[in-house]
Amino acid sequence: MGGFFSFFSSHFATLGHEFWPLLVGGLATGFIYSMVAIGYTMVYGVLRLINFAHSEVFMTGGFASFFLTKWLVGSGTPSAWQSVLYVILGILAGGLAGAAIAAAVERVAYRPLRRRKAPKLAYLISAIGASYFLFNLAAKEFGRINFAMTQPFANHVLFTFANAPVQMLDVLTLFAGLLMLVGLDRLVSKTKLGRSIRAVAQDAETASLMGVNIDRTIAVTFVLGGFLGGAAGYLFGLKFGVVYTMGFTPALKAFTAAVLGGIGNLRGALIGGLLLGVVESMSVAFVNGAFIDVVSFAVLVLVLLVRPTGILGESLGRAA
Amino acid sequence: MKFFQSPAAKRWGSLIALYAVVTVMTGPPGNQSSPTLGFTSSFSETVSFFGLFPAPRGLFFAGLFASVIGFIWLLRWSQTLKIDRFRREYSVALSELYQGVAQRRAARGGFYLVALGVAIVLPHLVTDPFWQQAMVSQIAIYVLLAIGLNVVVGFAGLLDLGFVAFYAIGAYTTAWITGALPAAAPFHIHLNPFWAIPIAIVFVMISGVLLGLPTLRLRGDYLAIVTLGFGEIVTIFLNNLYKITGGSTGSNQIPHFSVHLGPLKYVWGLDPVPYYYLTLAFVVVFLFAFSALEHSRVGRSWVAIREDEIAAESVGINPLKYKVIAFAIGAASAGFAGVITGGQSLFINPTTFTLSFSINILVLVIFGGMGSIIGVVIGSLIIQTLSMYLIHAQPAGFQNSDLYIYLGALLIAMMIFRPEGIWPSKRRRREIQFVEAGVEPDQRTDETRLNGESA
Repeated sequence: MGGFFSFFSSHFATLGHEFWPLLVGGLATGFIYSMVAIGYTMVYGVLRLINFAHSEVFMTGGFASFFLTKWLVGSGTPSAWQSVLYVILGILAGGLAGAAIAAAVERVAYRPLRRRKAPKLAYLISAIGASYFLFNLAAKEFGRINFAMTQPFANHVLFTFANAPVQMLDVLTLFAGLLMLVGLDRLVSKTKLGRSIRAVAQDAETASLMGVNIDRTIAVTFVLGGFLGGAAGYLFGLKFGVVYTMGFTPALKAFTAAVLGGIGNLRGALIGGLLLGVVESMSVAFVNGAFIDVVSFAVLVLVLLVRPTGILGESLGRAA
Repeated sequence: MKFFQSPAAKRWGSLIALYAVVTVMTGPPGNQSSPTLGFTSSFSETVSFFGLFPAPRGLFFAGLFASVIGFIWLLRWSQTLKIDRFRREYSVALSELYQGVAQRRAARGGFYLVALGVAIVLPHLVTDPFWQQAMVSQIAIYVLLAIGLNVVVGFAGLLDLGFVAFYAIGAYTTAWITGALPAAAPFHIHLNPFWAIPIAIVFVMISGVLLGLPTLRLRGDYLAIVTLGFGEIVTIFLNNLYKITGGSTGSNQIPHFSVHLGPLKYVWGLDPVPYYYLTLAFVVVFLFAFSALEHSRVGRSWVAIREDEIAAESVGINPLKYKVIAFAIGAASAGFAGVITGGQSLFINPTTFTLSFSINILVLVIFGGMGSIIGVVIGSLIIQTLSMYLIHAQPAGFQNSDLYIYLGALLIAMMIFRPEGIWPSKRRRREIQFVEAGVEPDQRTDETRLNGESA
């Protein structure tokens, strides 16, 4: 069974001098996980269901911004102002496409079932169907290879933190991710819209008696989660490129992050995402690169075994 | 604003959306350099308008939709054939047929015997090599897998999306036992694939229990996502443990099944027909075993857990135990199918064992009817035969990978329009109706009437 040891990495010593670079890389990926995890957590909060089609929201966001960026940048080198504009447009394109797909999924795969008060299994199956339909349709329309995204800016090393070179893209991901996550948190905790989301999450029936439009609130929840998921698709695509299956693994990890932080809990999604990003990044010291995805799966099973309610505990209604 | 919220506008809106989706879904593919090509040419490409004259696809599909709608309208307007009555009569006729077959022992036995007879003579009627091969590797084995997944999804109500993992473990165990992997066979004895059956089943059941124990005590949706992840993890291991699994190239040649029992000597070869009979024999055995299981103590416990877990627990049923049993039995049948595939296809590599495979099997179970063994068999036969027909006939504009899109759409459509499947299990259908009508489990009796039901 000697071959099995290829699972373990021989780079154990790297953890010492590579600590800071791994931390920065892990945090940047962690923000992407958090943004996707928000989508799972919000839908879970209002419907008590996992939206299996969320991975395709991420993928669509990636593709929409990929095509837009390619068209905007063309073959030229954008100036500084252009870069800023293109990045904002890219985030918007990814976010809006994600929101549109999330809304469509809610409309087609969830609402008819909700009207009928279908059993829970039915929602899971129709969401799986939607996910499968969407990524195979993307494969048909856009091809099956990984496309590198045209870079809207030169990815310079901006500064060195401890011994970690911090690149433009890392800063962008951290900044954009933090901005959107804080924005969403404020939206849910301060506005009237947020109050209706929390009300539906706590008790949908009572909320509807109090005059909250449940259908609309659920649709808005999908749209908000979809926007962040789609924008995350853009940030992910900038680094790793876009491909029709790009949603699968990050979404699985984002789900792990949501469970880790406490599903249904917005701040839990942020903490869970960052923690998972860092854990995964650090694990290159122990596990061979090809098996990195196994780490987050192990984390998921471990969390479910030890503390299935996650670090901050469940429920969108109270915690947000 | 009023108009857009009216039911008529919504109906037209969804109709137009459906038209657009169907046209794009069946249309030509696009590519990365022109992402809109697939969408635009889905509408603009020239096709034959019902064989009359060349027309753009968009127009052709509009004509198709218009004629279907026109036909329905005509039926309604003429009042000669009321759709609703037709539908009611159709379902009454179907359920009478079903009950006639299902409730009379002799009729049921006769039906099964005829079906078995047809299955036995089929390879002599269908001599096309494509179909003979498809009958084994794409139909019979899929039936086997579907009735196995039905135990998990249908009987126990657990959504398992990593079914392919167990199938892969079964196939790789076969390769290992027969010495077709880089990893040396146990004690360097190269055995016949038949020996892999018990070993693979033990392996697969152990991995099923290990995966099930932490997750089955949690909510059903967690199980779904953990199994989804597990399927992916198994593929990662198969792809990357080169020295054990052979990486992306997979196994060397796995020997065929063979029997050497004293005077009885037989080797299954490249001809698919003997494999068809081998698989058919196992399908029959599994059908008997699973229908016995359905009505056994274990099967009744599954029903109890599915309908009301707390009540089941309070009468002394341990939900975790029975869920793990269901999970392990489902896994075992997948592992078993993996062994047959290993022996039959000789070469295996990780590309066979993808998420698409799990979804495909799930579609078979959902389409046929969760929890209904006969429904699942019929559903698998219909879907797999249609898929194979499309792959074989290659109608204009069809690409093999389009099948996945259709299967995804079918899953959604089934959940919206007929969640109990085409040939439902009576019990399961009733359960879905009860849930939808909001009847609590403790009020469900045989006499409970739902809205619109006559006494």
